Parts: sequence; structure tokens; C-alpha cells
Amino acid sequence: MIIDLPDTSAADIGQRILSARSSVGMPTGLVFTLIAVAEGCSYDEVLAASIDAGREHPSRILVVTNAPGDTRLDAQLRLGEDVPGDIISLVFHGDLVKHRASVLLPLVLPDSSVVVWWPGTAPSAPGLDPIGRLAVRRITDAMGAPDPVPALVERALHYAPGDLDLTWTRLTKWRGLLAASLDHYRAPVRAVTVSSAPRNPVGLLLAAWLDDRLGVEVTLVDDPRGIGITGVTLDTDAGEIRLTRTDGTMAAFSAPGLPRRLVALPRRDINALITEELRRLDEDAAYSATMARLAGRWRANDPGSVEETP
Amino acid sequence: MSETYRNPLRDPLDRRLPRMAGPSALVMFGVTGDLSRKKLLPAIYDLANRGLLSPGFGLVGFARRDWAAEHFAAVVREAVEENCRTPFRTDVWQQLLEGIRFVPGELDDDEAFQTLAATLAELDRAQGTGGNHAFYLSVPPRAFDTVISQLKRHHLAGDENDRELGRWSRVVIEKPFGHDLASARELERNVSAAFESQSVFRIDHYLGKETVQNMLAFRFANELFEPIWNRTYVDHVQITMAEDIGIGGRAGYYDGIGAARDVIQNHLLQLLALTAMEEPTSFAAEQLSAEKQKVLAATRPGRDLAQDAVRGQYLAGWAGGRYVKGYLEEEGIPPDSRTETYAAIRVDIDNRRWAGVPFYLRAAKRLPRRVTEVALILKPAPHLPFARTDSSGLGSNALVMRIQPDEGIALRFGAKVPATGMELRDVTMDFGYGRSFAESSPEAYERLILDVLLGDPPLFPRPEEVESSWAILDPVLEHWADSDESPQGYDSGSWGPECARQMLARHGRVWRRP
Repeated sequence: MIIDLPDTSAADIGQRILSARSSVGMPTGLVFTLIAVAEGCSYDEVLAASIDAGREHPSRILVVTNAPGDTRLDAQLRLGEDVPGDIISLVFHGDLVKHRASVLLPLVLPDSSVVVWWPGTAPSAPGLDPIGRLAVRRITDAMGAPDPVPALVERALHYAPGDLDLTWTRLTKWRGLLAASLDHYRAPVRAVTVSSAPRNPVGLLLAAWLDDRLGVEVTLVDDPRGIGITGVTLDTDAGEIRLTRTDGTMAAFSAPGLPRRLVALPRRDINALITEELRRLDEDAAYSATMARLAGRWRANDPGSVEETP
Repeated sequence: MSETYRNPLRDPLDRRLPRMAGPSALVMFGVTGDLSRKKLLPAIYDLANRGLLSPGFGLVGFARRDWAAEHFAAVVREAVEENCRTPFRTDVWQQLLEGIRFVPGELDDDEAFQTLAATLAELDRAQGTGGNHAFYLSVPPRAFDTVISQLKRHHLAGDENDRELGRWSRVVIEKPFGHDLASARELERNVSAAFESQSVFRIDHYLGKETVQNMLAFRFANELFEPIWNRTYVDHVQITMAEDIGIGGRAGYYDGIGAARDVIQNHLLQLLALTAMEEPTSFAAEQLSAEKQKVLAATRPGRDLAQDAVRGQYLAGWAGGRYVKGYLEEEGIPPDSRTETYAAIRVDIDNRRWAGVPFYLRAAKRLPRRVTEVALILKPAPHLPFARTDSSGLGSNALVMRIQPDEGIALRFGAKVPATGMELRDVTMDFGYGRSFAESSPEAYERLILDVLLGDPPLFPRPEEVESSWAILDPVLEHWADSDESPQGYDSGSWGPECARQMLARHGRVWRRP
């Protein structure tokens, strides 16, 4: 059922959910609250991805948008609409935009974790943001920002435990394949080259991870023909281990003394990414170390530009 | 190849990094069977789709069919498209397809095994499977010996030289592991003559189910339940596996086996072990198995087998709105068959935690619904400060771990009925894994196949556990074999024969209606 609540308050919303629930049935076992802040991106896409995620992780989902006009809160509740949890869309008008946390705090579920997701533009220091402070996990997406690379770097510079950028989630399969390749070719790696489309934060982060783990020279090369990451070469004593992907779906894997083989390495859509991300609510130590390295690499290469990033 | 190599890209703290199987080829005997089509082949695809198979993966089908490799690939594709749990993607299929081969032949045909050896060598070259081979025996148990000795004879079972080069050969067998203690030992002898013990994977797909691992988490990650998990609070335990179907087309397999051998010996005794065992030092295969083995060694059937072990056979009748045949009328079953389709036995565990607490195990076909669960029935409260009429609606507290369907935990306790008077009634607090974690849990076979390829055995029963289970069941089977009585009939679609009810009623207990 969909219930529209124009000009309302947190207490009203709470009351309406309770009474609506007695007719459509209680969801038991909602595991967390997801707050999606739809700024600088499409509300419909955010809602769709949230509903998708809610299908895998029954939860209370609060979708936050801002609108001009007199100070007012509009809400829309979706209950029992082919998702196990509650979906609450909140539109903040006027001055209320500055006090959004005051509405959200009474609406988060008791005891369980709170996750905030900024699919579009995000605050420069999510951990210090009033909404960000409600959460244990703060998920940003550099790809949703107008200029992805500086956005990712900025997050690395302001990293706080609990932050996570979906750029990292996009890397999981690449990292898995690269790690698996070194399970079997046990030669030390001497140097690494990562090539990716220009201004691509995913390649930048992969380079930082490889740098952090291997401690060797990692070169990042622009490949104007590609989509996302187009290839990684690990230069070892035994020869080159190479993983290349030119079309955004199939990758070719080659290693010394082995035939070249194909492996599916598709780019994943936002629904799949956020769903994977919500599987883990704990601190990601590997991400934290990689972001620290990314910040270090940035300072070393480009010390002057740090302050100017938006 | 030094032992101390540590992959610099792996970090124990980096838990997001997937456990990915290394280069390897999986050879499936009996690839045309039902299990392959419905479970195994789709599971392989799903693993590939989740990015858990190495690019250097090969799949070899072996069967008595005059098929070309392309035809086999089409068969695999059809099975995958029909039964895979993740979306079908052509790019993932393309990746799998490169490594698919087919070897036609009989299991006792030397030439076919030479072809198999040549095919594997070719895969190692063309696909980079690295000389690592897993052999999945999805064939009837009587064929195990033939296949295993053929593998040995054609040098496919792995030797010193292979191990030195870091290559492995593993064999996967499915239950039943023998039909009594003696035959289980013989099977073990034959398998271990060809393969090293850590290279033998016995699949009991029940143990690959998430819920069995959930049981471990439930018991050992919480403080709430451990204090009552013993003879002081638990009156008795009921472990049930009920099926609503009959034997279907499995007459040839089922007759002479029966419910006790088919289900109690493996699934139910494994569930008993997980329920009753002490906390393992860790969840490593070794530690887990040590605890299971210890509790199974302390388990014995009830003292009076005539009363503590009962069996039944389903009769024709209406089950769930359909008229169904009785067991003896099923096609291929001899009219004088004494194979049980319902078995219930009491076992006792002689240790400090469980002495005096009976564990009732029942397994049956043609019951009202399909359900598997473990229920701990608690003792009554020592004193009830209510009038007897007030508490007449009150039963025993119960903690139920549902394995399937709708995996979850239910807690049954008394509550006051809202009214001016004091009236008590049982209510249920229910937790469903599917409601809190709607994330579709991987199919048991996915996990098990991945574990075989990774060489990670915690979810597989060890030969000692298999043998202990037979040792528990053998006296019951012998008692039944020597008995003049036939299994008692029960109506299809009912909760079992009268003798089963009496078995518990004698001690003032009743079977739960799950």
C-alpha cells in the first residue's frame, strides 16, 4: 500500500506505519535502516536500487530528497509493495533541509545498524555530516559525482572509519582474479601497470591497492579506447601476468607458460553494487589501508592540488 | 614451491576478496543423471557466474552416450538454463564452454579411461587446468569400486610425483556410504587404496546447507541458549525428517534400503551430532569432526529395541487431496517387501551433558508435509503458581531449529490470554532466516563443489563419523532383520503408525506435529 502524508512529522509517520502494519502484517526481522540521500542524482533510480537492495536485506529504507518552498515535510510510505520492509520517501522543503537529522533520528529502527548512502553528490567529510553521524556505515559513490577522480581523492583525504566508496565494490572481481593469479604464480612481482579510461576512479583505486599490497612501482596509464579498467599487467621474474578487458564484459587472462583464456568480468549495475555492499556492515580494513595509500600517492604526485579539490 | 609462500595480494583482514577455486578440471561420472542435470551442472554455472571459478577450469562429462562434445555442451547448457539460480549470461557461459569436454564409454572400459586421461592432458595444455583433477562419482554405489580402480589403473588418482609438483587428484562420492558397518569399512578400504584420505570427499548435501552452519552459529555465537542446553533443562529432543512424497521411481534403490539407512544413518545422526556436540576449539575440519566423532561415539540405541525402535510402511490413501498407492503396490516393489518407509528410533547419549535425555529420530515418506527440524522439548516448570484450569492450555516450552522449509528458529512459550481472568496459552516467537536475510543463500552443491576444488573439508563427514553412525544403527537393523513382524502400516498423508505414537506415549511424551 502507498500512503501519502503531505506536511507531516516524524511522530505522524511512525504512527501511520504502526497502524498500516496491523492491516498488511508486521515485517519481522528487519535487519537495518538504510538512509538514501538522493542529491544530484535521479530520485527514481535511487528508489529502484533501494527497493532492489531491500529485497535482499529486509530493512527500513528512508529516501531523502530536498525541495524548495516553505519549510515543510512531505512523506510517502510504501508498505507491502513487493518488498519485505518499509520504504519511506521524505521530501524536505525550505529551512527543514538544514535539520533533516531531527526527522530521521526518530525513524531509524531500534538497536540495529544504520547505513547512509549518497548515490550522487556527497558531503566532503561524510563522517562529520549530521546525517552521516547517525550511521555506522557511510556509502558514497565517486561515479555519481560531477568529477569522479577528485571526489574519490577527497574521500581518501577525509577518510573516517565506516566510510566506503562504491568504487571499491566495483573492484572486487578484479581484485579476486588478480589475487587468484598470484596464488598460482608464486614469483615476486617487480612492477605493475594499470590501464583505464581517462578520469576513471576505479583504475586509480586499483593502482592504490596494488601499490599498498605489493610495495612496488605501480604505473597508471590512460587508455582512451576503454570503458573503466582495461587492463592490469603484473611484471614478475617468470614473465608477465596480464588481465585485459577491452569491451567491458569479457576479460582475457594470460600468464607465463599458459594458454590465453577468457573470463567473464562484466561491469555491474548500481543495484548489484549496493546490494553487495549491504552484505557487510563491518569496517573494511583493506579499504581503509587502500584509501590511506591513495591519499599518500596523491600527496606525493600532486601536493599543490589537494586544497583546490571541490 | 615453498610452503611459506604468502600471496601478497591476500590479507586475512580483506574478507571481501572471494575464495576462488584454482585451476582445475572436474570430471563427472554419471553426468546424464537427474542429480547432475538438476543440481550439479547448474551449481557449476552459478559458481562461474559468481566469479568463483578460475579461468582455467575444465568440465569433463563421462557417460554411456554416443555424444560429441558439442552435443554434451548443448545438454549442459539446457540443464543450466533450466535450473541455474543466478541469471543466465552468455559471457559466463562462453567462459565455461571453452573448458567443456565429453568422454563416451562404459565405466569398465579401459579404452574410455585412456581417452579420459588424454582429454585431461589436453585440457591441462589448452585450458591451463594445471594437472588438478576432481572426480565426481554421481553413479550408483555399486559402481564406486569399478570407477576407483579404473582411475588408479590409468594413473589418474595422483601419485608422489604429482604431489611433488603441487598437483592434486580428489574424488567425490555421494551417500550412501555402505549399507552397514562392514560394507562401509570395505568401501573405505577400496577408496583409500587409490586416494589419500584428505583427497576423498564424501558428500552429504545436507551438510552443505546454510542452516547446518547456522546451527553452529546459533549454538556457539550466543550466550542465551548454552545454559539450558543440557539434561537439567531439556526433557527430550526430537529430530524429524518428513517427506510428503513416496518413493517415486526409486524402487530399485529404495527397496531393501529403507528410511533408517537412507536418512537416519547420515542426515539425522549428523543433525544429532551438531545438536549435541560440545563446542569445537575452532571450525576447522579437524576440530569440528573431532567433536562430532566424540558425541557419536557416546551415542547408542535405546536399551529395549522392541520398544525403542519402530518402523512402518505407507498404505494407499488420500494424501494432500490426491489418491496415492501404498508402498507394496508401487511399481517394482515385491508384494512381501519388509522395507520400512517410516523409521523412528530412540538413542541415548552417555555423557554428562545428555545422560537420561532421549533423542528421538524419525524419518519417513508420505507424511502430511515436507519438513526437517530439530526440536528441544524443555522440562515443565518446577512449580506453576496458577490454578490448574488456568494453565490447562500450556504445553512444554520448546526450541525448534527448522532446517527446511522456511529455515529458522522458533521458540514456544506460555503467555497470558488478554482478558480479565488468568488464562495461559502457548505462543510462538519465530525467526526466519529468509525474512532477515532475504539474500538467496547459495545452493548446497555450490558450496560443496567449491570446497572440493579448494580442498577445504569442514562440511564433509569423515570415515570415522560414517562408521560411528553405522555402529549406532547396526543393532537396530539387525533387530529388525531378525524380527518376525512386518512394518506396521500407516495411512499415506498421516503422521505415521500407531506403534510410533506408543513408543513416546509409554514415557508420557508425544511427537510434535512439525
